[in-house]
Amino acid sequence: MRKVYLDNNATTRMREEALEAMLPYYKEIYGNASSVHEFGRTARIAIDGARKKVADLLGTSSVEEVFFTSGGTEADNFAIKGVAHALKAKGDHIITSAIEHHAVLNTCKFLEKEGYKVTYVKVGKDALVDLDELKKAITPKTILITIMYANNEVGTIEPIEEIGKIAKEKGVYFHTDAVQAVAKLPFEARNLNVDLLSMSGHKIYGPKGIGALYIRKGTKITQLFHGGHHEMGKRAGTENVAGIVGLGKAAELARKELGEENRKLKELRDYLYKGIVSKIQDVRLNGHPEKRLPNTLNVGFKYLEGESIVLNLDMEGIAVSTGSACTSGSLEPSHVLTAMGVDPAETQGSIRFSLGRDNTKEDMDYVLGVLGPIIKRLREMSPLYDGRKQT
Amino acid sequence: MEGQYSEKVMEHFKNPRNVGEIPDASGVGNVGNPVCGDIMRLYIKVDDKEVITDAKFKTFGCGAAIATSSMVTELIKGKTIQEALKVSNHAVAEALGGLPKIKMHCSVLAEQALRGAIDDYMAKKKAQGPNSKG
Ligand SMILES: Cc1ncc(COP(=O)(O)O)c(C=O)c1O
Repeated sequence: MRKVYLDNNATTRMREEALEAMLPYYKEIYGNASSVHEFGRTARIAIDGARKKVADLLGTSSVEEVFFTSGGTEADNFAIKGVAHALKAKGDHIITSAIEHHAVLNTCKFLEKEGYKVTYVKVGKDALVDLDELKKAITPKTILITIMYANNEVGTIEPIEEIGKIAKEKGVYFHTDAVQAVAKLPFEARNLNVDLLSMSGHKIYGPKGIGALYIRKGTKITQLFHGGHHEMGKRAGTENVAGIVGLGKAAELARKELGEENRKLKELRDYLYKGIVSKIQDVRLNGHPEKRLPNTLNVGFKYLEGESIVLNLDMEGIAVSTGSACTSGSLEPSHVLTAMGVDPAETQGSIRFSLGRDNTKEDMDYVLGVLGPIIKRLREMSPLYDGRKQT
Repeated sequence: MEGQYSEKVMEHFKNPRNVGEIPDASGVGNVGNPVCGDIMRLYIKVDDKEVITDAKFKTFGCGAAIATSSMVTELIKGKTIQEALKVSNHAVAEALGGLPKIKMHCSVLAEQALRGAIDDYMAKKKAQGPNSKG
């Protein structure tokens, strides 16, 4: 059976080049990068090289602004808890949005239990953060604004430059969770007025369990892990050398291919959407029509529930998801769609197609071929579809 | 989580039995709402010996909701009303080889839909009672 993987916002298939680059560091080059002998020095050189590549991808000329972590979740935790704890004497207020990934939302919830105050700024129906509300939320006690660069469920791209300006004017630190934006959108951290930016390896065709946090020089931050002097004293723990090397390789290639790759993905994605609209009635596009990640398509199929669609597509070899991977399987509708004001009945039937570099036009045709009959069959089974069979 | 469905659940999900409506149903049960993610509508046809001769359903919901709807219609066909009243949510789940914990509420919905259909049948019968005697 044909396999079509359209869940690249959940994770990507690691590219061969990254794996090839990593293998020696699981075999002959096994030194601890902190050791002075040659075994250690070789590992150190590899880490330094990877740090440069990640710095280039993120758009900073300073390698001292890139800190490796175990992934996007740790980078988010590090940024938010780190700033909150470092600036405790200055203030206790954090501003975020209602549509953040749980790595940010639950970190904020945790800080609320510690006594911090958090404002969850609303979003519009296209998932764009309400900038007026954001401005109004800032108080003298505000120490951090954390707003995602692009949303993982619907793909909407937030006005990061504008938020950066607002934050800078008010002298408030700005963190952005750029896990979904890195390698999909061209940006330079140095031009954004961001102080902290999170990224993850497995979303950019690199390995799982590795990521990075960009920390602008001079930013006050308390470390999450205490121990040795790794990562310039900010993140203790023997480095995951192979993971870092794989991340470096993925970053290097992503930077090279970004423009071309995104043109291709956007074209395929729009082809898929046009096909869906022409074959299936009563569908809606979730997310901003233009300001959206080039690979992401979130479609609501009216009268249906998402899991039944996901399972049916799975039986045809097609991998998609409802909302984010960690919330599907829970009984709550997507917090992102709910925040966007999507009718509760319609949040249930929303499916995310997230394309990746392996996808082809044939894949889209295959999906379009099986999707119509699945939706038709499920709708015929749906009591909500009653009386709407005219067409 | 997803992917923990038994083979039997998947089999009923792929090939649900008794999908549809019964236009002249003896009773109809409606449960659930779209906010919580599941809606079931269960139709039964009952003969004058109180035997359920046919059952059909329409369901908006996840894999488990569809499978439990399918199973409950299978379990009650040929049973009398009295026997059908004894079909519990556990019996439905068991017949499906079990359900993931977070999906057990689907079997509860199936039981409620069945009760609803039977109540509806009883109410209609009561309303018609004098006519049929007279
Ligand atoms: C927007 C966003 N932030 C954070 C994460 C977490 O990253 P990781 O899986 O590397 O911990 C993800 C991925 O699930 C994401 O999409």
